[in-house]
Amino acid sequence: MDSLGSLMDGFGTALTPLNLLWAAVGVLLGTAIGVLPGIGPAMAVALLLPVTYGLDPTGAFIMFAGIYYGGMFGGSTTSILLNTPGESAAVIAAMEGNPMAKAGRGPQALAAAAIGHFAGGMIGTVLLVVLAPTVADLAVDIGAPDYFAIMVLAFIAVTSVLGSSRVRGFASLLIGLTLGLVGLDQMTGQQRLTFGSLQLSDGIDVVIVAVGLFAIGEALWVAARLRHDGGPGAGIPLSRPWLGRDELRRTWKPWLRGPVIGFPFGAIPAGGAEIPTFLSYITEKRLSRHRKEFGKGAIEGVAGPESAASASAAGTLVSMLTLGLPTTAVAAVMLAAFQQYGIQPGPLLFEREPDLVWGLIASLFVGMVMLLLLNLPLAPLWARLLRIPRPYLYAGILFFAAVGAYAVGGEAFDVVLLLVIGLLGLLMRRYGLPVLPAIIGVILGPSAEQQLRRALQISDGSVSGLVDTPFAVTVYAVIALVLLWPWLRRALPRRLRPAPGASRDPGPPDTP
Amino acid sequence: MRPRALLSPLAAAVVVLLVPPLLTSGSGTDTGTHIPGLRLMVPNTPGGGYDITARTAAKNAEEAGLNRNIEVYNLPGAGGTVGLSRLVNERGNGKLMMSMGLGVVGAVHTNHAPSTLADATPVARIVEEPDIVVVAKNSPYKTFDQLLDAWKSDPRSVPVGGGSSAGGPDHLAPMLMARAAGIEPKSVNYVPFDGGGELLASVLGGKVKFGVSGIGEYRDQIESGELRLLAVTGRKRIEGFDAPTLQEAGLDVVFTNWRGLMAPPGLSEERRDRLIRFVRQLRGSAQWRKSLRVNGWDDAWLPGEKYGRFLAAQDRRVDTVLKELGR
Repeated sequence: MDSLGSLMDGFGTALTPLNLLWAAVGVLLGTAIGVLPGIGPAMAVALLLPVTYGLDPTGAFIMFAGIYYGGMFGGSTTSILLNTPGESAAVIAAMEGNPMAKAGRGPQALAAAAIGHFAGGMIGTVLLVVLAPTVADLAVDIGAPDYFAIMVLAFIAVTSVLGSSRVRGFASLLIGLTLGLVGLDQMTGQQRLTFGSLQLSDGIDVVIVAVGLFAIGEALWVAARLRHDGGPGAGIPLSRPWLGRDELRRTWKPWLRGPVIGFPFGAIPAGGAEIPTFLSYITEKRLSRHRKEFGKGAIEGVAGPESAASASAAGTLVSMLTLGLPTTAVAAVMLAAFQQYGIQPGPLLFEREPDLVWGLIASLFVGMVMLLLLNLPLAPLWARLLRIPRPYLYAGILFFAAVGAYAVGGEAFDVVLLLVIGLLGLLMRRYGLPVLPAIIGVILGPSAEQQLRRALQISDGSVSGLVDTPFAVTVYAVIALVLLWPWLRRALPRRLRPAPGASRDPGPPDTP
Repeated sequence: MRPRALLSPLAAAVVVLLVPPLLTSGSGTDTGTHIPGLRLMVPNTPGGGYDITARTAAKNAEEAGLNRNIEVYNLPGAGGTVGLSRLVNERGNGKLMMSMGLGVVGAVHTNHAPSTLADATPVARIVEEPDIVVVAKNSPYKTFDQLLDAWKSDPRSVPVGGGSSAGGPDHLAPMLMARAAGIEPKSVNYVPFDGGGELLASVLGGKVKFGVSGIGEYRDQIESGELRLLAVTGRKRIEGFDAPTLQEAGLDVVFTNWRGLMAPPGLSEERRDRLIRFVRQLRGSAQWRKSLRVNGWDDAWLPGEKYGRFLAAQDRRVDTVLKELGR
């Protein structure tokens, strides 16, 4: 095993005291940055770039990788506890994690997320070592028609998170798609729904939509109802701090399934971490024996997506290191950093700079262990945040949300936009519209449109251009299977349904 | 109180992240090139081209002792026109410059921006990079002539990818090439990608017939033989690569993606000259020359009014291309 030997050399590089220090600085900074909404790892790395000119490249990149992974860890913390996603990849964590936190199971949700990130990052990095060249070749073969097929699959999957009322679910999805339309059309440069405002012509940042709908909407909702349930001083009680045996039994499979979905998505250009977390959530919901708990705090819905998010971060490094192909904003900034050092990432990087590359990969393993050691004991401590009386807690949330929105672009306009979207979130809650479909609409809509139009443009308008790759055909076949499944199942012999309540797992604890 | 004990590290993190950018350093005496409290605005996100140019310039100027503590900050939006509007509003401010380039010229058009580059004070054009024309290694086109013949005979079936949206630099280059080759502009099948990186995958995988972008992400791929470099759009060849310029290949087009600095309008001649003097000193420094080499930038010095006339000419060129497309 050639790469194993190189990896061992890499550990030699990564475990020097100085590089260990950089890794520690990176994961600490990354966690802090992930916790704050708006300040993403991409911005952090870019702002730190000039500071790191004096360092040797290996140390700098070990720190950058620590920030990237740390951001993934930290993003889910506020998502779960405060319903305020720190990163767009952490949006899904709020879906199940926040209800868990409200039911006093915050530490468990945080632990499930932290271990999920650890498992995803570890498995993803192992895959990076073993599969890097193969995956890199495949990534190049994925084109616009294939992306569009994946988007169609994702849209089909949306229907399962629409909530109890289909009409309200679709209305919410439509709100998201409309928000996603805002901005300059990349193909033609036409303005859409910008009302002549320059600030809107780049579209609305997903983080602002997510924080607005989740955090601001929630804070307004709670404020509107504070007199109805519980006194203003009532905090949220906490249960025992660790994962129980029962919860472990429910989470180990999602932890392992997450990377399978996350890693390939990270490696392909335009993949990113949002879509795999969403697909992982859907998968866990389909596969879970506790489907009824979803939406009310199912731990699988935290474990799977978080594991997928970290694995996609590993996937991103595959195409960045082997192809010089940045698939996320962070990778693009890291690529610029490589060039600052006069290093050209690409097919020749592994031969030219073996010490740097393998040191970096080894440091990922070290960083993951550090992050787990940092986050697991912190989980019960973080969760105590929720004991702050609610008026103060939500005031704090509003503050952090506003700071985050301002940090995205440094424009007061974004804060106003955030409040408007927050008001929309309040109205959606008032009329029982689920929030998740709207967010998914904002994430999926623009990229689905772009890939569809790109595919059609490459085929010069011929519809056959959408189905002329084996990959796309396979995905459409899967979609057909999913759609026809109810009829297929009816043809199969019926099994006895388990009586309701016969499950051995305790249901979600009653609200305090 | 425990929650408070928990909040303090969080608050510390906030302070660490937010305070340094908020602190403007106004120290330094006004001697020679020193401009106390000089700030550089970057009209796009951290890590982008204008950002790297501005941060490199600031750092080199500090290292060369030309100025102390130059603050670089980002004001992204609408392809740089949000930053431009702010710059135009800073009338008379002699301590502010904005890094910008060809992309902003196009963005002013596509965004119908209220402020144009003619409203600001041109300081200097400082660097430029040529675009390159690349195909995948298994592409049937071995030379630029072969590609051009195929493109001319059926433009629609030859999708060309670029790393910028309509009106941006990578769009402009193939459109100018098409016009010089006598290809009807509206029949050019231009597929925009989000940056040279995303385009790279599509060129490697043969999804587009050829790609036009800066050499940045492509250098290594060309050296390893994954990509074939067919032509360079600049005035001269790129050192170390065996590919003709467009003019050598028989197409009368010279295209470079340049970057420069603008200042707010309404500056006195003295204040404007002070900024130009500062940038000229920066250009002469050993630190800046090294940065040019490391980043693969070409020096493109063009100060003051000459730069202003150049901007106007570029603006007309972009306007013509977009008009031909019916936009």
